[in-house]
Amino acid sequence: MLIFEHSQTGRGNPSQAPLSKAEVKDIPEKFRRKQKPLLPEISEMQAVRHYTRLSQKNFSIDTHFYPLGSCTMKYNPRACNKLAMLPNLLGRHPYAPESTGQGFLACMYELQEMLKDVTGMKAVSLTPLAGAQGEFAGVAMIRAYHESRGDQGRTEILVPDAAHGTNPATAVMCGYTVREIPTDANGDVDIESLKAAVGPQTAGLMLTNPSTLGVFERKIHEISKIVHEAGGLLYYDGANLNAILGRVKPGDMGFDVIHMNLHKTFSTPHGGGGPGAGPVAANSRLEPFLPVPIVGQVQDKYLWETEKTRPQSIGRLSANMGNAGVLLRAYVYARLLGREGMHRVAEFSTLNANYIMAELARRGFILAFPKRRATHEFVLTFKQLKEETGVSAMDVAKRLLDKGFHAPTTYFPLLVPECFLIEPTETEAKEELDRFIAAMDEILKEAHSSAEMVKGAPHTLPVKRLDDVRAARELDLAWKRTG
Amino acid sequence: MLASIGVKSINDLFDEIPENLRAGKLTQVPEGQSEMEVGRLMQARANQDGTYLNFIGAGAYEHHIPAAVWEIVTRGEFYSAYTPYQAEASQGTLQLLYEYQTMMASLTGMDVSNASLYDGASGLAESVLMAVRAHKQARKILMPSTVHPIYRRVVQAIVKNQNIELVEIPHGNEGGHTIPESLKNYEGGEFAALVIPQPNFFGVLEEVDALTDWAHAHNMFAIGLVNPTALALLTPPGNWGEKGADITVGEGQPLGAPLSSGGPYYGFLCCKQALVRQMPGRIIGRTVDKNGKSGFALTLQAREQHIRRSKATSNICTNQGLVVAASTIYMALLGPEGLERVARASHANTLALVERLTAIKGVTRVFNRPVFHEAVLRLDAPVADALRALEAQGILGGYDLSEHYPHLGQALLICATETRTREDIEQYAFHLERIVSKRRLDPPCAVKANPNV
Ligand SMILES: Cc1ncc(COP(=O)(O)O)c(C=O)c1O
Repeated sequence: MLIFEHSQTGRGNPSQAPLSKAEVKDIPEKFRRKQKPLLPEISEMQAVRHYTRLSQKNFSIDTHFYPLGSCTMKYNPRACNKLAMLPNLLGRHPYAPESTGQGFLACMYELQEMLKDVTGMKAVSLTPLAGAQGEFAGVAMIRAYHESRGDQGRTEILVPDAAHGTNPATAVMCGYTVREIPTDANGDVDIESLKAAVGPQTAGLMLTNPSTLGVFERKIHEISKIVHEAGGLLYYDGANLNAILGRVKPGDMGFDVIHMNLHKTFSTPHGGGGPGAGPVAANSRLEPFLPVPIVGQVQDKYLWETEKTRPQSIGRLSANMGNAGVLLRAYVYARLLGREGMHRVAEFSTLNANYIMAELARRGFILAFPKRRATHEFVLTFKQLKEETGVSAMDVAKRLLDKGFHAPTTYFPLLVPECFLIEPTETEAKEELDRFIAAMDEILKEAHSSAEMVKGAPHTLPVKRLDDVRAARELDLAWKRTG
Repeated sequence: MLASIGVKSINDLFDEIPENLRAGKLTQVPEGQSEMEVGRLMQARANQDGTYLNFIGAGAYEHHIPAAVWEIVTRGEFYSAYTPYQAEASQGTLQLLYEYQTMMASLTGMDVSNASLYDGASGLAESVLMAVRAHKQARKILMPSTVHPIYRRVVQAIVKNQNIELVEIPHGNEGGHTIPESLKNYEGGEFAALVIPQPNFFGVLEEVDALTDWAHAHNMFAIGLVNPTALALLTPPGNWGEKGADITVGEGQPLGAPLSSGGPYYGFLCCKQALVRQMPGRIIGRTVDKNGKSGFALTLQAREQHIRRSKATSNICTNQGLVVAASTIYMALLGPEGLERVARASHANTLALVERLTAIKGVTRVFNRPVFHEAVLRLDAPVADALRALEAQGILGGYDLSEHYPHLGQALLICATETRTREDIEQYAFHLERIVSKRRLDPPCAVKANPNV
């Protein structure tokens, strides 16, 4: 039932709005709304019950193992939420003067310093509101750099075919054309193709390392050399930073600019689709172009550095300083974890991924890159299973839901057919991994013994498989009152 | 676990990483602390920032948020779920977003809403890109100077790389609005869209009907940029002029998001049905499962980066989902009556504030047109000094317009939402009066320059 279907004319929560209905003195009739908006008229209890019940229809980290590859669904410590929601922090206006926010700014400044260390970069801007906006910042900075040198012919961004969809989409938003670079049989960027692709038109290369194929790009130095020698710059998509946190610094790999997804590596919640935070970090070559504002420090005072002190900045990407509440959660997480904890993140996320990979391979699952180590995630392919039984990666994913596990990422990366990208993260205990392995094993057997049942999954959830085609063809995007 | 993998140590798992890349140690990350210690640190930082009596609006508004909103939103099942890719395991988030789309479409009077963008400013940039895509011919946009100055900068930063040009329309000096007759200067200029803010950055109401009709008469899209609280009182963009605005965007913060130093907020974007395939961002549709039971799923994904890659309508992936959940619950709790009361009280309080402050000698109102819940005042003392003196009294007196609108002189943008009381207004007036009169008695005194600016 929709919230609107609980509605009764005249019902409400008088105590939650001003008690009196103030007079509208100064708005002429021609500007006034004539018809009330379609908002529900319900009691507080009805609202609370409705949305509590809806929440119970979700899988989430707090309720289920959620090995969604590339998304780093690690546990979100409750302290991060509680401490980011202290009343004074919530009440601070974004345009309040710096003098009234020294405590908040101290957290942001320290977060910048920590992120510099983690990435091995010279400077950080916290402003991008998610990974894709961090990518936008990075590529716009590459563009601003070339333009500042009068280097006008660089019209192309290179992107490996394994890249996340946001990479090519970002390059286009920044006014570039995209050229894809193929991947070799072991999951590395194909070096010969890269050599053939670079030239005076190359503005840069966007690369994720470990790649979205769950392997470490071993020839990163060679790649960096090829791109830099052609006059291009190197962009690092930091979505997979969890795999190397505290072990490898992107700056050491030759990257000029990077973004991080704090809603992955720094454990801020995904909130059913956001908000995130995608800070961007740069080496000294690209530092002047970072988006503003950035927290600076003069003597013992923190302040905003803006367009005035950073005239080459690509500018602002949002009305304010970024997703402050998300950044505060990341800061609390970093303080709780500390230096030693951060080193353990890469170790245990890698251990967990390699363990599941080994156990699944032993049970007959087919690895996309059997000769490689898993990083913090790895890829399986169900191509053969589909040929033999008709059961697809999607079917296996839906059947996993029946068994109480959120499905891994399916059909991404695009170049591996019928694939799963599995990322357990460091916060899962071995017993949970074993339960997942057992569930996968059962499904493999079911695929052979009762394929139709698997293809009909899920069987135990609030709805059965949904008709996506109909959703797109007979668009129903908003409820309409009938009668 | 190591034995199962066939390695001796965790270090062996990193053996594909070239030796020279294995970093030393982190040096700028402090030792980890206990929850109690970090709690103490954060409480001290929060205490340091204190609380102020706030009269700043300028795009972010202090409204009362019912207690139930964030209690529900921070339930783990909403808080720690991902984007609802697995529809059957995400019906809670999906249904909530469908309800949100319904409420937002109705509030704006538009046909459809997406499931959110990052914030109002970047949302405006997306609406500009959308208009250019849909228009196909023109790449110029008419942008009134009454649009939030930082939004204009953000749009510029985001769209300039695609060779889209923003052309600024000056505002009228008496009304503080875009004068419809002045648009004659832009006829035949090959524009894709006109942006129409309501209320505008000065709080002033624009002649939205005339502006919308003018845009349509000249083959452009009308993009409404609105405050969602105001829509409880004002004509929704879908009803502007003869045909209504084509796209409506805005900042969702007033509907249930705390000020929180600027985020997380969210941008809303709604449009006419005909433009739905040009929309950026996630969209939820209602469909049926294979037994015919109603359910919800992400739809029109062929617009999005994970399918369409370089041909996507936007690069956006993660949006601001949880804040949208807060807004949905906020709107559900307030209902049409509650939201209207919030809007009325904010309007009335701002008028009361203006009346009280302009009773002070040396304080005048700048524009003569009706406003929603903000207004521009002029002081016959430097605004920056007055604001600093007010801050010392625990009052944030408004937004200094001198950087972005130097031609207005010592002008200040003020706001009083429903959260301000009569006593708050009195307190502001009491201190402002002392500050302004003192400055008149002993002119240019040596107020210490703010080291932060
Ligand atoms: C590899 C990769 N790059 C970029 C992104 C985009 O990040 P966001 O969703 O925060 O915009 C993601 C995640 O969705 C990702 O997995």
